[in-house]
Amino acid sequence: MQYALMIYPDPDYLEAMPDAERAATRADYLALADDARYVAGARLQPVETATCVRVVGGRTLMTDGPFADTKEVLGGFSVVEAADLDEAIELAARIPAVRLGGAVEIRPVLAVEAGPVVPR
Amino acid sequence: MLASLVGFLGDVDKAEEATQEAFAIAAERWPVSGVPDRPVAWLVTTARNRAIDRIRRERTLAEKIRLLPVPEAVMDEFDDSAIKDERLELIFTCCHPALPLDGQVALTLRALGGLQTAEIARAFLVSEETMKRRLSRAKAKIAAAGIPFAVPEARVLPERLDAVLAVLYLIYNEGYRGRVDLGAEAIRLGQVLAALMPDEPEAHGLLALMMIHHARRRARFAGEDLVLLEDQDRSLWDAGQIAAGQVALDRAIALGGRGAYVVQAAIASLQARDRIDWPQVAALYRRLVELTGSPVVELNRAVAVAQAGDPGAALAAVDRLDLDGYLYLHSTRGELLRRLGRDDEARAAYRRALELATSPPEQRFLRRRLDQI
Repeated sequence: MQYALMIYPDPDYLEAMPDAERAATRADYLALADDARYVAGARLQPVETATCVRVVGGRTLMTDGPFADTKEVLGGFSVVEAADLDEAIELAARIPAVRLGGAVEIRPVLAVEAGPVVPR
Repeated sequence: MLASLVGFLGDVDKAEEATQEAFAIAAERWPVSGVPDRPVAWLVTTARNRAIDRIRRERTLAEKIRLLPVPEAVMDEFDDSAIKDERLELIFTCCHPALPLDGQVALTLRALGGLQTAEIARAFLVSEETMKRRLSRAKAKIAAAGIPFAVPEARVLPERLDAVLAVLYLIYNEGYRGRVDLGAEAIRLGQVLAALMPDEPEAHGLLALMMIHHARRRARFAGEDLVLLEDQDRSLWDAGQIAAGQVALDRAIALGGRGAYVVQAAIASLQARDRIDWPQVAALYRRLVELTGSPVVELNRAVAVAQAGDPGAALAAVDRLDLDGYLYLHSTRGELLRRLGRDDEARAAYRRALELATSPPEQRFLRRRLDQI
């Protein structure tokens, strides 16, 4: 089954990180993307670039900033294919953020029934 | 039986349903047709067949549930020894750290202990409705999050076993407070675990610890009042259970066990002897302090040092501890100061302990002590 690994890095740690370590961390992330079980993923721009959108009464409303105003912000995510939760945990534990004061939230991806393809 | 069905069906709910159905059919048929030669095999087979029927029906109804081709379980292929024992897989699933701790505890009691939901609810002082929700949330997460029905691989086995042991010990300690007899239930589960993992010293260590403690439960209270170890009526101790605990402890030590449960069991075992070797108890507590870093354990070590004949050294150790809000720090200080003949300070320490005591038996006990100085 597929799991989404949502990555919440520790912002303080990232800022204080020396360049050499930053490069090593980056290499670790790239290695994960090479894993056969990696399906998709992305690193996100900082939370200062976030915009929240709602549609109320037909009007599109926008607010500057993240949905939840917390210290922990989503820094990126990846989707992996794993046999079970234990395998997903093993993959999550290899994401550098988790040993650098951050955390990864694992959520199983809801399996969508592959319905018949309707020809247009 | 349940474990084998969960293994077969991959779903706790379905397995429970099928088990109940099989028992219902047995209750109907056995009085008429007699008990089959291999009752357990009969029950498992019947439960499997029922589950297969149900799955087939659901599948035809809603071509939806994707399941592997289900083999027809045929009675002739079956004998009791052929039923795969999958209780260990079930234990690791129920005690998976991805589940909330209260869910792990409830699920373990329900699926492995075979306790009814109402009994578990009573044991934890919550309503049956709350316990039902707790169980179904845990089961739903197992299914939705893909928590595996498997014994963890060697790399993570030690920490996952620790989690299982912690759940059993938690169940035991709930029983220790004296509601539904969860203590006996925890021991039964500990026996299952030790039998399934015969080479894991800490599994035997935990079993030994629980048994030796449990053996003394009737002597621990006189009416409502707490009785200290040295004042306990040893004729109330369950000698058979202490001996059984000792066997488990010997096994743990023979396997090279030196972990926290083994050390605690060794201490409990020494304290169950007629003459307690206090210097040895103090040495074991030192080891336990190294393992846990716990100031409460250090306090216990100090008590053993005092019992070994050195209340001065014990007091020095106690005074190094940062546990001012802890009742037993002050009651221990009071006792040590009394032995050292420093009565005024002893009374002050007991008074501080009394301020912190919340339960009436403890308050009565401390007042008695205070009066005796």
